[in-house]
Amino acid sequence: MKVTLERSALLKSLGHVHRVVERRNTIPILSNVLISAENGQLALKATDLDLEISGSVAADVAQAGATTVPAHTLYEIVRKLADGAQVTLEISGDAGQMLIRSGRSRFNLQALSEGDFPKLSAGDLTHHFTLGAADLKKLIEKTQFAISNEETRYYLNGIYLHTLDVGGKTMLRAVATDGHRLARVELAAPAGASGMPGIILPKKAVAEIQKLIEAPDSEVFVELSTTKARFTFGAVVLTTKLIDGTFPDYGRVIPANNEKRLIVDRASFRAAVDRVATISSERGRAVKLSLGDGKLVLSVTNPESGSAMEEVEVDYDAAPIDIGFNARYLLDISDQLEGDTALLKLSDAASPTIVLDREGAAALYVLMPMRV
Amino acid sequence: MSKSGDLKFHLAGAICRDCLNETSLSAERCLVCGSPRLLKHPERDVLSIAHIDCDAFYATVEKRDNPELFDKPVIIGGGKRGVVSTCCYIARTYGVRSAMPTFQAKKLCPDAVWIAPDMKKYAEVGRHVRQMMFELTPLVEPVSIDEAFLDLSGTEALHKASVALSLVKFAKRIETEVGISVSVGLSYCKFLAKIASDFDKPRGFSILGQAEAVEFLRDKSVGLIFGVGKVAQERLAKDGFKLIGDVQIADESRLLKLYGNEGLRLYRLAHGQDTRKVSIERETKSVSAETTFFDDISKHADLLPLVLKLSERVALRLKKAKLSGRTVTLKLKGADFKTQTRAKNLHEPTQLSTRIFAAAREALSQSPERPYRLVGVGMSDLREAAEADHGDLADVGLAREKATESAVDRLRAKFGEGAVVKGWGFKG
Repeated sequence: MKVTLERSALLKSLGHVHRVVERRNTIPILSNVLISAENGQLALKATDLDLEISGSVAADVAQAGATTVPAHTLYEIVRKLADGAQVTLEISGDAGQMLIRSGRSRFNLQALSEGDFPKLSAGDLTHHFTLGAADLKKLIEKTQFAISNEETRYYLNGIYLHTLDVGGKTMLRAVATDGHRLARVELAAPAGASGMPGIILPKKAVAEIQKLIEAPDSEVFVELSTTKARFTFGAVVLTTKLIDGTFPDYGRVIPANNEKRLIVDRASFRAAVDRVATISSERGRAVKLSLGDGKLVLSVTNPESGSAMEEVEVDYDAAPIDIGFNARYLLDISDQLEGDTALLKLSDAASPTIVLDREGAAALYVLMPMRV
Repeated sequence: MSKSGDLKFHLAGAICRDCLNETSLSAERCLVCGSPRLLKHPERDVLSIAHIDCDAFYATVEKRDNPELFDKPVIIGGGKRGVVSTCCYIARTYGVRSAMPTFQAKKLCPDAVWIAPDMKKYAEVGRHVRQMMFELTPLVEPVSIDEAFLDLSGTEALHKASVALSLVKFAKRIETEVGISVSVGLSYCKFLAKIASDFDKPRGFSILGQAEAVEFLRDKSVGLIFGVGKVAQERLAKDGFKLIGDVQIADESRLLKLYGNEGLRLYRLAHGQDTRKVSIERETKSVSAETTFFDDISKHADLLPLVLKLSERVALRLKKAKLSGRTVTLKLKGADFKTQTRAKNLHEPTQLSTRIFAAAREALSQSPERPYRLVGVGMSDLREAAEADHGDLADVGLAREKATESAVDRLRAKFGEGAVVKGWGFKG
């Protein structure tokens, strides 16, 4: 193998794939990136056995061939090379090493045989559709924060993507929850998505997909089955296993009859929550919302450090209510909302509250109260 | 076991454990009643931590209630596949031990009288003994139904007697009032008190003083230290620690390096240092239920109904004790007597049999299908009942599950356990 290409092109492509590689690996080849040169293209591929990202870049292939070398080391080398430099990757007589040459720099990297590199076979991907990159970004970004890290309910460690019929229209929905909060975003389902199986995209794949979305006006080709999904972003292809579990029937926990409506100025509400939360020593401390006629009082009492309160003018005319929420969760949701105002629909101090931009907004959040 | 020479403490006389009189220290028998059961020890009057253990408890209770059994080997336990729960001292001379499989005990002692355990009766006797312990001191830490640690420091004025004399009187009272016997260990810490009580069972009374502790422990096996079971013992032996004396001469830092905090604990205990206090409330650490089969069972499908039943029993016990738990453990003992356990953590504490069963079932599905003789379900990481089953946004079925279970519980409380049989447990 002998291939030459421009340093920045190689760096960009490596940047897409090397993140998949875990820092610590018990299987040596999983630390490596698969490099293959053929037909004027240099192809790169990395995997952690659950997730695989491949990319390709135009290159001057003097001699076709393939090998694998440590991904992070190669990335660091290429990153440190001079901008605009030409890089040559070469396997000469000794197949145990790959030579990297650029300007006056020379590196020899230990290589492992490409034949041992694991393949994440996608099998039959039964459904496919094209999604605007901006739409995919929205589905992910608005829900990602609510993904659970708790291992006992592994089926919550991802985003649940599925289609359903809402008022005669097929919608594509993304839902994530950690039990304390739930995020739900929907948009009109693209052609081909209808009838797709509900899938749970693992957290790590979600994070990578998000990073791979570059131009918002581009399109992403999505293919999936009940066990795998593949996202194609131009030359970069991400294939992931799906979480094998059943996502909870979340519809049952979204309250339908929360009658108390509170409308707040989003920015001033967020700032006020942030200010009073200063007093709480841990993230878990609750902020108390005391709602009365046209008035919201936010307060935090921390027996160790003191107390704080702030009054916010709001649009509220239902019966007075005191309810507590985790300050961090209120801030997270406020950051996800987009409008000038936020709408909170409450029931009582022990029941879930709904937060959204306005009635009928595409993104809806559900928040469990805390006892105060 | 008392050590002559180098006595740091004043010399108390000997107490006769039969007539309670003080006798000269040099006497071999009580000068008043002639009994050889004399209690003497240089540290007799400075020690106050006691461990009291009923002798062959269940068997002794049965013998008390049926004097004909007095001179016969008695074994509590039974069933075709059960194990020996308790055996009397006569049965022990045949080599029978508690926890021994029934068939083995029957082989060793074919003439034994087998009695099925009557837990209700034993619990009552145990309560009676406990009650009498509380008359000695409020600091009673029950270890199980038939044993407890007692801290008697500062009780001399109340009882107008030394700690040792109070304990001698207590042991005598148990014999006359309850009709069973106990063995007493007296020392300066729980670790040695427990060892002492085991010393000359039955009807024993042993004292282990601070001055002799290290030397006493030197030639004992490390297995004598609580928490050092068979596996730990093997590992210690591999590193050259067979006797407690081997641990005594080892470097503290080496033990720390080898075994972490456990190494430090071993080092301290080997030197007779045990700072654990006698605490009144002994926390329940786990709740469990298990069952041994008549014939080995291999198939998951055949084990599941039993797992369900055990899950329900554990749930009921949790509810009664106003507790909940977060870790479910499934225990399987193979026909080869090898025990395997598999634990599952729940996302929140529970009291519900359905949740315990779901976790136990998952654990079972990950266990191989091979012949088993016992299955058990246990709950640990215990919490207050109030912390259980709150549910959250990802737990959509909880309210329903709770309502169903409480309805089932009420029905069973009213009409008996068989009033409701779940699908898994149903045998047509």
